[in-house]
Amino acid sequence: MASTAKKSLTLEEVGIAGLTGLVALYCLMAIANTTDAVMTFHAGVGLVFALAGIYAIFRGYANRSENPPQTVDGLPNYKLGPVKFATFMSMFWGLAGFLVGLIIALQLAFPALNFDLPWTNFGRLRPLHTSAVIFAFGGNVLLATSFYVVQRTCQARIAGNAAPWFVVAGYNAFIVIAGTGYLLGVTQGKEYAEPEWYADLWLTIVWVVYLLVFLATLWKRKEPHIYVANWFYLAFILTIAMLHLVNNATIPVSIFGTKSYIAWAGVQDAMTQWWYGHNAVGFFLTAGFLAIMYYFVPKRAERPVYSYRLSIVHFWSLIFLYIWAGPHHLHYTALPQWSQTLGMTFSIMLWMPSWGGMINGLMTLSGAWDKLRTDPVLRMMVVSVAFYGMSTFEGPLMSVRAVNSLSHYTDWTIGHVHSGALGWVAFVSFGAVYCLVPWLWNRKQLYSMKLVNWHFWVSTIGIVLYISAMWVSGIMQGLMWRAYNSLGFLEYSFIETVEAMHPFYVIRALGGGLFVLGAVIMIYNLWMTVQRGEAETASAKPAMAPAE
Amino acid sequence: MNRHAIFEKNSIVLTVGILVAVAIGGLVELVPNFYLKSTIEKVDGMRPYTPLELAGRDIYVREGCYLCHSQMVRTLRDEVERYGPYSLAAESMYDHPFQWGSKRTGPDLARVGGKYSDDWHVQHMNDPRSVSPASIMPGYPFLAKAVLDAESMTGHLKANAIVGVPYTDEMVAAAAADVMAQANPDAAEDLDGFEARYPNAVARDFDGNPEAVTELDALIAYLQMLGTLVDFKLYDGKADINLR
Ligand code: HEC
Ligand code: HEM
Ligand code: HEM
Repeated sequence: MASTAKKSLTLEEVGIAGLTGLVALYCLMAIANTTDAVMTFHAGVGLVFALAGIYAIFRGYANRSENPPQTVDGLPNYKLGPVKFATFMSMFWGLAGFLVGLIIALQLAFPALNFDLPWTNFGRLRPLHTSAVIFAFGGNVLLATSFYVVQRTCQARIAGNAAPWFVVAGYNAFIVIAGTGYLLGVTQGKEYAEPEWYADLWLTIVWVVYLLVFLATLWKRKEPHIYVANWFYLAFILTIAMLHLVNNATIPVSIFGTKSYIAWAGVQDAMTQWWYGHNAVGFFLTAGFLAIMYYFVPKRAERPVYSYRLSIVHFWSLIFLYIWAGPHHLHYTALPQWSQTLGMTFSIMLWMPSWGGMINGLMTLSGAWDKLRTDPVLRMMVVSVAFYGMSTFEGPLMSVRAVNSLSHYTDWTIGHVHSGALGWVAFVSFGAVYCLVPWLWNRKQLYSMKLVNWHFWVSTIGIVLYISAMWVSGIMQGLMWRAYNSLGFLEYSFIETVEAMHPFYVIRALGGGLFVLGAVIMIYNLWMTVQRGEAETASAKPAMAPAE
Repeated sequence: MNRHAIFEKNSIVLTVGILVAVAIGGLVELVPNFYLKSTIEKVDGMRPYTPLELAGRDIYVREGCYLCHSQMVRTLRDEVERYGPYSLAAESMYDHPFQWGSKRTGPDLARVGGKYSDDWHVQHMNDPRSVSPASIMPGYPFLAKAVLDAESMTGHLKANAIVGVPYTDEMVAAAAADVMAQANPDAAEDLDGFEARYPNAVARDFDGNPEAVTELDALIAYLQMLGTLVDFKLYDGKADINLR
C-alpha cells in the first residue's frame, strides 16, 4: 500500500534536521575545546538531545506510509502529539517547581536546610524555583494550550510535521540546560533571565520556530477572523522575543565557556532588566494566560465571551500600557525621576484594562453561574480570574511611590507575586489542564470530580495561608525598617527584623506544603483519567464554537 | 462593518500592530538612559574592579547573593541612616550586570566595605550563625577551600573591555599577576604596577590563608571595596529632593 509518491521528507523536516545537526557539531567542538566542566556537561546533554532529535525525524519518516493528511473524513486532522507532550511536561515541571518552592520556603524558616553545600544553597535554588514554575510549568502550559487552541479555532492541522515537535522538545531541552546550570552555578545574575548566553541563543531559535508555526497555522485557518485568544498568544510570542533579545545581549568570555558579561551596565542595565522583568509578568504570566482564559472559560461554561468590544479595547490598551510600567521596580533608586513617574502613571492606568479582562472573563458566566456549584474545574478558573483581579489591583497600589517606599524589598512583594502566581497563573493552568487531558486522551470525563474539589480547597487554603502570611510579614518588615524611637534613632537593628519574620516563614511553608499536596492530588487524578477513564465516542468530540 | 476587522482578518497586520504597540514605551524609557547627564555622569573615585574584585563579584553573582541582598540605598531617610549615603548612578557604571537586587532578606550591601574586619567575613561566610545567631543566611564553607583560577581572569577582563569597561591592554595583560599581587602582596613582583593601575585598591591576604588564593579571598576583596570608592563628603551637598 505504501507508495513512495505519497511520502517525502518535507523541506521543514530537512531544515530542522540540518539545524539540529549544526547544534550537534557545535556541542562536539565545545566538548573538545572547553576547559569549563559545566560546558562539557551541557555540551554532552546538548549532543544527546540533538542526535535524538535527528533520529526522531528520520524514524518518523521511515515509519509513516504517507505524509499526514490535512483532513480525515472532512474534519481537520489535528496534530495532538506535541500538545500531549507539553501537557505532560507541564505537570512534571509544575510538581518539581512547587517542591523547590517549598524547599526554599523551608530554608528561609530553617536555614540549616541549606546544608552549606554549593548545589543546595538558597541562592542557587531560588532561580531554579522561579524558572521551574514560570518557564517550565507556565511555559509548557502555554505551549500546550496555544498549539491546541490555534488548531481548534482555525479548524486546521498545525503547520509542519517536525516543527511543532521541535518547539516543545527544544523548549524542554532549554529548561534542562537552564535548570542544571543554576545548580552548578551558571547564571547571568538577572532575575528571570538567569540562563547563560548559549541557552539563550538556543531559546531564540526555538522561539522563532514557535512564532513561525503559530503564524503558519493562522494562515491555514478556515475562519475569516482570528479568534481573540490567538491575539493574546501572538502578542505573548512576539513581545517575549523582543524582551529576550534586548535584555540578554551579552558577550561570552569564550565561545566554549559558560560565563558571559551583559552588554548593559548599571542604570541602563537596571532599566532594561525591569522593562524585561515587568513584561515577563505582562506577556508571559498575563497575556498568555489571558489567552487561556478566553478559550477555556467560554468553552467550559458553554457561553460566548461576554463582550467582543471589551476584548478589543482591553487587548490593545493592555499591551500598550504594560510596556511602560517597568520603572515601578526602581522607585527611589538612581533611575531618573521622570522615568519612575512614567512607570507609576502607566501602572495605575494599567488597572483599567486589567479589570476589563477580569470582567470579560467573569461575566462570560452570566446565565451559567449555577455551574460554579457543580463544576469544580470551572470554579477553579473563575477563582483564578478573581485572583487576577486582586493582584492587578494590588500591583497598581504598590507602584505608587509612597506605597512602594514601604513595600519594596519586603515580603509584601513576595505576597503580591504569589497571589498572582498561585491564584491566577497556576489556577487557570490547572483549570485548562483539567479540561485538556480528557479531550486529548479521548476520555468522557475526569476520573474523579471529587478529587478536583479536594484539590481546589486544599490549594485555596494553601494560597490564603501563603499570601496572608506575606502581607503581614511584609508590612511589618517595612514598618520596622523605618521605625524611629523617641530619641530619634532607628528603633530596630536589621537582625531583629529577620527574627520577627520567622513565624510567618513557617506559615508560608505550611501554605506551600498544602499547595504541593493539591498538585499531587491533581496528578493522581489525571493519571487515573488517562489509565482508567472511559473512552469518548468519536461523535461527541468537543466542537469549537467559532470566534466572535 | 467594524474597523477592527483589518487586524482580525490579517495576521501580518495584527503582528505589525502588536509590534508597534509594544515598541513605543520601551523606546521612550530605555534610550534616553544612554544619553542623559544624570545616568552617564562620571563621579570622582570610580575605577574598574581589580581582577580579584571582579572574580569576587562573579562569585557573588554565581551564588545568587543578589536574591537576598540589595546594593541600592534608596533616597529615603531611614535607609540613609541605616546603610549610608544613597547610591549614585555612577557607582554601578562598571557593573555588568547590575546587582541592585529586589529583595532584602539580608541587609543592603552597597556600603558594607570596611564595616567589618576580614576575619569577621571569613567566619561569617563559613558559618553565619557563629557571628549572628539569628541569621538565616546560608553558610558558604566551600569558598575557603576552592582555589581561584587566576589565569582565567585575562579572558574576563577582555570580555568586560568589549562591553565598555575601560580596561587597558596593560590591565588585561597583567590580570593574572594582579590577582596574585592583590591577594598576596608580600610575594608580589609588581605591587607598584598593580597600585598604579587600580588607585585606592587594597592589597592583603583577605581570607587569612597565605597558602592559596581562594574564592573566599576574591569574595571578601569585593565585599570590602563596596561603597569605598566615592568620597561622599563631596556629594553630600547635592542631597536629592527625594530624601524624606
Ligand atoms: C537566604 C538569604 C541570604 C543569602 C542567599 C545570602 N545572605 Fe548574606 N545575609 C543574610 C541575612 C539574613 C543577613 C543578616 C544576618 C547576618 O549577618 O548573617 C546577612 C548578612 C550578610 C552580611 C553582613 C551585612 C551587614 O551589614 O551586617 C554580608 C557581608 C553578607 N550577608 C554577604 C553575603 C554574600 C556575599 C552572599 C552570597 C555568597 C550572601 N550574603 C547570601 C541573608 C542572605
Ligand atoms: C508550592 C508553591 C510555592 C512555594 C512554597 C513558593 C515559595 C517561594 C519562595 C520561598 C520564594 C522566595 C521568596 C523570598 O526570596 O523571600 C519564592 C519566590 C518566587 N516564586 Fe514561588 N512558591 C510557590 C509557587 C510559585 C508559583 C506557582 C509561581 C509562578 C507561577 C511562583 C513564582 C515565584 C516568583 C516569580 C518568585 C520571585 C519573587 C521575587 O523575586 O519578588 N512561585 N517562591
Ligand atoms: C496591573 C498589574 C500589575 C501591576 C501594576 C504590578 C505592579 C507591581 C509592583 C509595583 C511590584 C513591586 C516592585 C518592587 O517594589 O520591586 C510588582 C512585583 C511583581 N509582580 Fe506585579 N503587578 C501587576 C500584576 C502582576 C501579576 C498579574 C503578576 C503575576 C503573576 C505579577 C507578578 C509580579 C512579580 C513576579 C513581581 C516581583 C518582581 C521581582 O521583584 O522580582 N504582577 N508588581
